[in-house]
Amino acid sequence: MIKIENLSKDWKEFKIDNVSLEINDQEYFVFLGPSGSGKTMLLELIAGMWSPDSGKIFMEGNDVTMLPPEKRGVGFVYQNYMLFPHKTVFENIAFGLKIRKLGKKEIQIQVQEMMNLFGITKLSKRLPRTLSGGEQQRTALARALIIRPKVLLMDEPLSALDRITREELIQEFKRIHKKFNVTIIHVTHNFDEALQLADRVAIIKEGIVSQFGDIDDVFRHPKDAFVADFVGTENILKGIAKEGEDNLTIVDTGNIEIKSSEKKTGSVHATIRPEDITLSNDKVPTSARNVFKGLIKEIYDLGTIIKLTIDIGESLVLVLTRQSFLDLELNVGKYIFVYFKATAVNLF
Amino acid sequence: MRKLDYTTIFFALMGSFLVLFILIPIVNLMFSSDLNSIIANLQDSQVISSIFISVYSALAATLIAVLFGVPLAYILARHDFFGKGFVESIIDIPIVIPHTVSGIALLLVFTSGGILGAPLGKLGLVFTNAIPGIIIAMLFVSSSFVVNSAREGFESVDPRLEKVARTLGSGTMRTFFVISLPLALRSIVVGSILCWARAISEFGAIIILSFYPLAASTLIYTRFVQFGLSDSTPIAIILISICLTLFVIVRIIIKGWRSYDKN
Repeated sequence: MIKIENLSKDWKEFKIDNVSLEINDQEYFVFLGPSGSGKTMLLELIAGMWSPDSGKIFMEGNDVTMLPPEKRGVGFVYQNYMLFPHKTVFENIAFGLKIRKLGKKEIQIQVQEMMNLFGITKLSKRLPRTLSGGEQQRTALARALIIRPKVLLMDEPLSALDRITREELIQEFKRIHKKFNVTIIHVTHNFDEALQLADRVAIIKEGIVSQFGDIDDVFRHPKDAFVADFVGTENILKGIAKEGEDNLTIVDTGNIEIKSSEKKTGSVHATIRPEDITLSNDKVPTSARNVFKGLIKEIYDLGTIIKLTIDIGESLVLVLTRQSFLDLELNVGKYIFVYFKATAVNLF
Repeated sequence: MRKLDYTTIFFALMGSFLVLFILIPIVNLMFSSDLNSIIANLQDSQVISSIFISVYSALAATLIAVLFGVPLAYILARHDFFGKGFVESIIDIPIVIPHTVSGIALLLVFTSGGILGAPLGKLGLVFTNAIPGIIIAMLFVSSSFVVNSAREGFESVDPRLEKVARTLGSGTMRTFFVISLPLALRSIVVGSILCWARAISEFGAIIILSFYPLAASTLIYTRFVQFGLSDSTPIAIILISICLTLFVIVRIIIKGWRSYDKN
């Protein structure tokens, strides 16, 4: 277990202000916050790259606050991977073992095993600058994990990657989390990543933990406007998925059934982006597979756009331009038809 | 092909002035003496010994500058501290003060009765009119090249590379030697060459501190004063040939050096 007690540190541009957290063994924990919130600094404090002004950090009951990074046994993966540019993929991965003075043969075996695991065996002799982002990230993961750290710290590990590689790596993270029995702390500004990976999440704002806890809990019960604003950009519904007609998946939330074009079964989260939802006063013929009649609960005027909360059996958030809002003559308590396509419903 | 506009042509014409201004005297110098007198000079033991003194002393000065300059450069690149600006200015002072002034400043301190010269004299180190004097004169005027270049080299190494190495179990000293130093080596070598070249060309501080034994630049000056152009030119050609050859060799090595940050 990692226990952080009243941790504070002031750099001029950033600060960490009296942070207390407990992260359980083998948990996938995500620090979520906008850029400049100090979340990277918090991660570097845990790794031992800075000494705090005050407060303490415990790992497995031991006070590690003053231990240097080389004595903490944590793995670290940066956004830009930070592979040693003058060393090959093999040498990068072998780095930690070499320091531990393992024999040449043993290093060869272990590095080979790691490269197989991440599918980068062919890249063994290449220099980092010749690799793609995804390949570099896999090498960085292999390098960090080969020393069998109890904790793996990752700073925005997916931000520099394209969407497809990101999806692949999300699966990779899930796999290594299980395989290595490692506690992962993952820093990101991307709420989707947190949703897909986190057991628990801490929302960080200006060096302060605004809220932490179970991901669903934080999403459903944001403590303040900042958290609500930061996590509330999507509709997220929990339900049971089963196969439906026309190659569609049906998600039963308990209150309504939603159709999705993604293939999943069992317990899932469904997300629908607010801008993918359309409205009309009358029922109109449409290709959208999801049509509901809903009651307008709340209207927020955000200037050029209007944000609505509509109850369709589940609460949905959506946004409209001011013009469409006026054209539809909407007000609180009015019933309206809500449409969204099966392709707009993401499942995970 | 890229179309040349008038601005580019104008700027290129203006820019070529300096290139020609430097190139013409050097090329002209190379052809200003006949081969026989160059060969005769190469057989002159005084010429050979003075060139040896210059090359050797400059090398010693460069090694000292690297030994002490690289750690300083690393500190300046990695840490902010009170008085950092002051330290940086001190390193650059020798660039801005006249070299004869540097020579006088050194002489006052390193003469046999000076605050450094007296105690070091007891250890057997004499600086006035001796090779150690030539070396410290060279070191004084040229060490900033090593410090500044090495510092730029270290600054270009992302500190996060060092941090990652440390999480992998590498201590601070080891991290310096296996990560930071190899990645900054190119800049350190470039700085060392500039330092060495600058040291070899030193004259002002040397004649004040150690006129004898004659360094190459001093020898050229004395031959010019005593016997005129025709006697000093062949030595100048020999010296410049040695410097240019080394300069070209090093440029070739540097060019072929693996650069890790470029594709």
